[in-house]
Parts: sequence; C-alpha cells; structure tokens
Amino acid sequence: MTHPISVRLCPDGPLLVRGADSVTDDTGVEHPVTRPVVALCTCGKSQRKPWCDATHKAIRR
Amino acid sequence: MRVPKQRGPVSGWVSAVMRGRNAEVPTLSAGSVIGDADVQLALWMIYELHYRGFDDVPDDVEWVLSLIQLRREIEVRFEAELRAAMAPLPTVADDLGQQILDIADADGGPSLALFLQREADAGQMCDYLRERSITQLKESDPHSFVLGRLEGLAKVALAELQYDEYGGGRLERLHAWLYAQALRAAGLDPTYGAYIEQVSAVTLATANVMSMFAMNRRFRAASMGHLAVFEATSSVPCRRIASGLGRLGFPREVAAYFEEHIEADAVHEQLAARDICATMAAEQPHLAPDILFGAATCLYLEGLAAADLLARWRVEERMAS
Repeated sequence: MTHPISVRLCPDGPLLVRGADSVTDDTGVEHPVTRPVVALCTCGKSQRKPWCDATHKAIRR
Repeated sequence: MRVPKQRGPVSGWVSAVMRGRNAEVPTLSAGSVIGDADVQLALWMIYELHYRGFDDVPDDVEWVLSLIQLRREIEVRFEAELRAAMAPLPTVADDLGQQILDIADADGGPSLALFLQREADAGQMCDYLRERSITQLKESDPHSFVLGRLEGLAKVALAELQYDEYGGGRLERLHAWLYAQALRAAGLDPTYGAYIEQVSAVTLATANVMSMFAMNRRFRAASMGHLAVFEATSSVPCRRIASGLGRLGFPREVAAYFEEHIEADAVHEQLAARDICATMAAEQPHLAPDILFGAATCLYLEGLAAADLLARWRVEERMAS
C-alpha cells in the first residue's frame, strides 16, 4: 500500500512531512522516519539534521 | 500505588474518606492553594481515582459525592488564583497559532534547563528527575480525556500528537515508559507515584492544572493552550538537559528520554499551536481567550516550579555572592 506524502511549510519554522518512510539528506544519507509526522529543519542550524530541533527560534530572536 | 501519606488536614480527610471512614469535612484555609502542599495533594489524590486509582481504595470511590464536592471547591479556588495571576490576558491575534509560539518564545522565566546543562550536580539532577516524575509518568494521559470533546481537524491533530506520545504502536517509544527507564537508569524509583509524598506543592500544582483543564469540558480550550505552550517550551530545554546529563556522566537511557523530546516536541509544538489551537479558535472564536489563558498558565506554573527548585538549591544566592 502506498501512502500519499504531504508536506507543509510552517512560517519561520520547519517542514512538516506526513506519510514518508525515509528522508534522504543533502549528503545522500537516508534517515528512516519513525513517527507519524516529522519536522525537517529549514533554517540549516539544527544539530540533529535533517530533523528540526527548534534552533530556528534562537536565530529568529 | 497505595494512598499516600497525608500532608495536612485536607489530604488527611481525603485519605480517610477513600478508606471508607467518616470524618468532618475540612475547611480550606484562606491562603494560596497553589503553594499549599496539603490541598494540592488532596486534589491530586481525587484526580488519581480517574487515572490509575489506588490499590487500597475500591474503584467506585471515584464518584463519592463528598470527594467530588471538595474537588470542585478546590478547583474554583485554583482557577480564581490562576485567573488573577494571568490578568490581563493579551488580545487575541489574527494568527493565534503564531501568537502562542511567540508567547512561549518570550518566556522570561528562570532558566532551570540552563542551570541543569551547565552547573547542576548529580544530586540536583536527580532532584529534578524526581519532581518531574509526577507529570511524566502519566505523560499525555490528561489530554486523552480532551480528545472526545474536540471535532474535525483539531481532533485529528490531537490524535496524531497523542499517537506519537504513546509510542506510535511501540512500547519502547511510549514517552511515559521512556521516563520510567530514565528514572531506573539514574538509580531512582520508576514506580508510578513513588515520589508523590516528597515533591513540592508547585510540582503537584503543575500536574493538577493539566488534570483540571482536561477533566472539565469548559476548560477544553485552556487545556489545548496549555499543551501548545508546554510543547513549545520543550525542545530547547530538553537539549540542554540531555547535555547536562552527558556532562554528569549519567547512563545513556536517562538522556534518551530528553533526546526523544527534542525532535518530538519540535513537531508537536507546530501541531498543537497551529492545527489544534488555531483551528479551535477559527471554528469557535469564543474559545480563543481561554486558549490564551491556558497558554499563559503553563508558563506561569512552570516558571514557579523552576524558581522553586532553584531556590531549594540556593542558586540565586550563590550567583549573587
């Protein structure tokens, strides 16, 4: 069964992705998705890339 | 868990009634209920009948009228105290989801997480883990009571958030279970309720406010506002605490709980603020002020809890000297 993947950009925040099995980062490494929704870093400063760790809040301030 | 040891006349009365004894109904004293460990423990015990209950109390004591009556009396006082402390509430913004995230960001409370990251000793870290066990060993359980009161997208978003909190179908990812593992690895007691007799009044209040908001339908919006701020003030502190645990050489299982929350709560804050709270407010605008009330309450009580622990450890004094 294939699931449709949905992606939503949160203002000043991460990309919320539903329905993906894995996320491949910019170096080609594949990260398995282990939760119903994942938040992907868009500010580039996360210490847990590709996942968002809320560091964007410190940048925005 | 057995009925905890009383902390004064009110929890003593609750304990007696739960065991089927007749006792004279206590009068609540005039002071703050937030800072009253006896009253907060009494309320916690009454709520607990709706969660796991007590081994030495029959299940049907859950609906003993005199207990419900006392609960109501304490809740009225608790709410009045919170409403007074939160007044005036900010005006509801057009983008309520963003407003909640901004409120969380503007938190000027004492940074307990920063202290735990950089300076706390192992004893203080354990002290923190014990206090927090009261809410985390039943993490997300209050909000499950709210699910049936929501509709549409807000319900879907809360269910999605809760599914993640409850492990996404895997016990080893259940957040409350992860917390129990963390306690065990830190050499603490992972038993549900193990530290209930020792924790502070304000720790009990932080747990009770979640139950009060979740178990009264009229507080459904406040419950979701509280949840959104709780999630939105979690990722960064959890990163700091995990780093502090590493500095102190605690086993990996302890930091694992906090590391899970760095990523999970970065998702949950978006779901709670934008999909739950903003949707509720868009569909029922009269709920918006209560969402903000719940949001402000979370910051207020968590701030009191942080200040309470820092004062216990005499951190301000030491920093001043």
